[in-house]
Amino acid sequence: MTESAPLYTLTDLSKSYTRGRETIKIFEQLDMTISSGEFIAIMGPSGSGKTTLLNLLGGIDAPSSGTVEFEGSRVDNLSQGKLAAWRARHVGFIFQFYNLMPTLTAAQNVELPLLLTKLSGKERKNRVLTALDIVGIADRAGHRPRQLSGGQQQRVAIARAIVADPEVLLCDEPTGDLDRNSADEILGTLQELNKDLNKTIIMVTHDPAAAKYARRELFLDKGRFVEKGDRT
Amino acid sequence: MNDATLIRKGLFRKKLRAILLMVSIMIAFLIFGALGAFYTVFTAGVDVAAANRLITVNRINFTVSMPFAYWGRVQQVEGVENVSHASWFGGYYQEPRNFVQSFAVDPESYLAAYPELVMPDEQRTAFLNTRTCLAVGADLATQFGWSLGDRIPLLSNIWQKTDGSSSWEFDICAIFDGDEATVPANYAMFHYEYYNEALAFNTDQLGWMIVNTTDPSINERVGRDIDALFANSSAETETSTEAAFNQAFLEQFGNIALVLVLVIGAAFATILMIVGTTMVMAINERTKEIAVMKTLGFNEGRIFRMVLSESILLSLIGGLIGLGLATLMVTGAAAALAGFLPGLAMPMSVVLTALALMIGLGVITGIIPAINATRIRIVEALGKN
Repeated sequence: MTESAPLYTLTDLSKSYTRGRETIKIFEQLDMTISSGEFIAIMGPSGSGKTTLLNLLGGIDAPSSGTVEFEGSRVDNLSQGKLAAWRARHVGFIFQFYNLMPTLTAAQNVELPLLLTKLSGKERKNRVLTALDIVGIADRAGHRPRQLSGGQQQRVAIARAIVADPEVLLCDEPTGDLDRNSADEILGTLQELNKDLNKTIIMVTHDPAAAKYARRELFLDKGRFVEKGDRT
Repeated sequence: MNDATLIRKGLFRKKLRAILLMVSIMIAFLIFGALGAFYTVFTAGVDVAAANRLITVNRINFTVSMPFAYWGRVQQVEGVENVSHASWFGGYYQEPRNFVQSFAVDPESYLAAYPELVMPDEQRTAFLNTRTCLAVGADLATQFGWSLGDRIPLLSNIWQKTDGSSSWEFDICAIFDGDEATVPANYAMFHYEYYNEALAFNTDQLGWMIVNTTDPSINERVGRDIDALFANSSAETETSTEAAFNQAFLEQFGNIALVLVLVIGAAFATILMIVGTTMVMAINERTKEIAVMKTLGFNEGRIFRMVLSESILLSLIGGLIGLGLATLMVTGAAAALAGFLPGLAMPMSVVLTALALMIGLGVITGIIPAINATRIRIVEALGKN
């Protein structure tokens, strides 16, 4: 694979929380570069800051200090409104528990991010069907989340994450709630999205088997990265 | 799908809860609409009062009569254009429960005093020239099924004739109506002379006078002059504008407006608390969903508008159903109460006030949940650090 200019550049990134009088440091002076088209698995023990790092990359949390640059521009200092617009344009999220809207059908859930675009109803519909087709669940478009299995719900969530064609997919334990077979199918889908559509995927996982699907594994421990392997 | 779909889906997320909330709002607006319509028609007399019309009554009480001779004296007061008089007959048709609101009047001056009473010219002429004529309001004629040419007896439980009977025979020769729906047409009137000449007692007395001035700006002075004419007499008078007289008449029944405000206020305060609390709970239940929407890129302003719109939509649906039912109820009651409350209908002013209240209720009950929704922190709501 040919590596392009960094998609993300994290410089001197620190994050700490105050709980009562106690300040809990998650990580300090973390530096990291992520290139476009990478598929990274971030592993580490509970409380090591994996999800916090993902939140910082997604602009849903702010660092205590340091900078987060995306395609050369800082995003850590954007206003809430600009961050929301940036997320809608560049980032897709996939959560462990899917987080689908229970009152909406699969297709409507997938359409949600497109409501933030200027696409016409017809264009939105086409995009939704394409996204559902990519994840292999177009035949369940009219079903509500409670009518779908966990694996199917996660496929809908992936379709929702990719429908607006973002560069990055941030996945927080995407297979944590699934059985092995379903997990393998989901991870296979993510792998295809990375290979075929060149989506940059950053995945937090506890599961070493899941991490094997990534091209690069990082181990976060005590606020430091330990590179475990690069399969590129 | 669009934002409206999301608002609707959010509102009906728990159908039973949404329906119960709507029913409670519906009841509040049913009460508001019905009472508002009744209040409007009940106080219509104040609104239809002519600016240049004064009412002169006995100073003791408007039910106490005054000498007939006063009529002629008032006509001499400077600035008086027309004076008429009326006397309460009360009366009933066939049996006491068929109450007929009726007055003995001087037809010519009475019709001059009330130009808003309309009838065909030939009926007007017949009324002026027929001593036994009973001019019947259109609503009253409908109520009893009377028509022109009918000969009917009206009995009084106040007045008696010299022959010992209490029944006056009348020929219906005119049916009048108001030139607007709010002008009452639920009473009957007849010649004072026909009534007075048969009276066994209280003859040559009149109930009250209706005075038209040449200009409303001189009302106060004319009223003073009239009352001065009869000062220190056995029947002193009190003259006021027709609007003030009607208002004072209504106030005999108590402060109707205050009663209505209290009833409606209590209903709305209760609804406000119920709906407000429920909306806060409903949005709290959706904290995670709102956090996901924010994660996807929905900004705070849009989420604020959606939550507020949900609350306004709830209020509008419940309110419009309630107002619709109130309109149906009022329309149904209008026919049955035509004789008692002519012109009963759902007034546009009540509809517009109700619409403003619906939006206000929606905003007040939705504003806190909407602010809370914008304050949801994604990281906390999604339950992970």
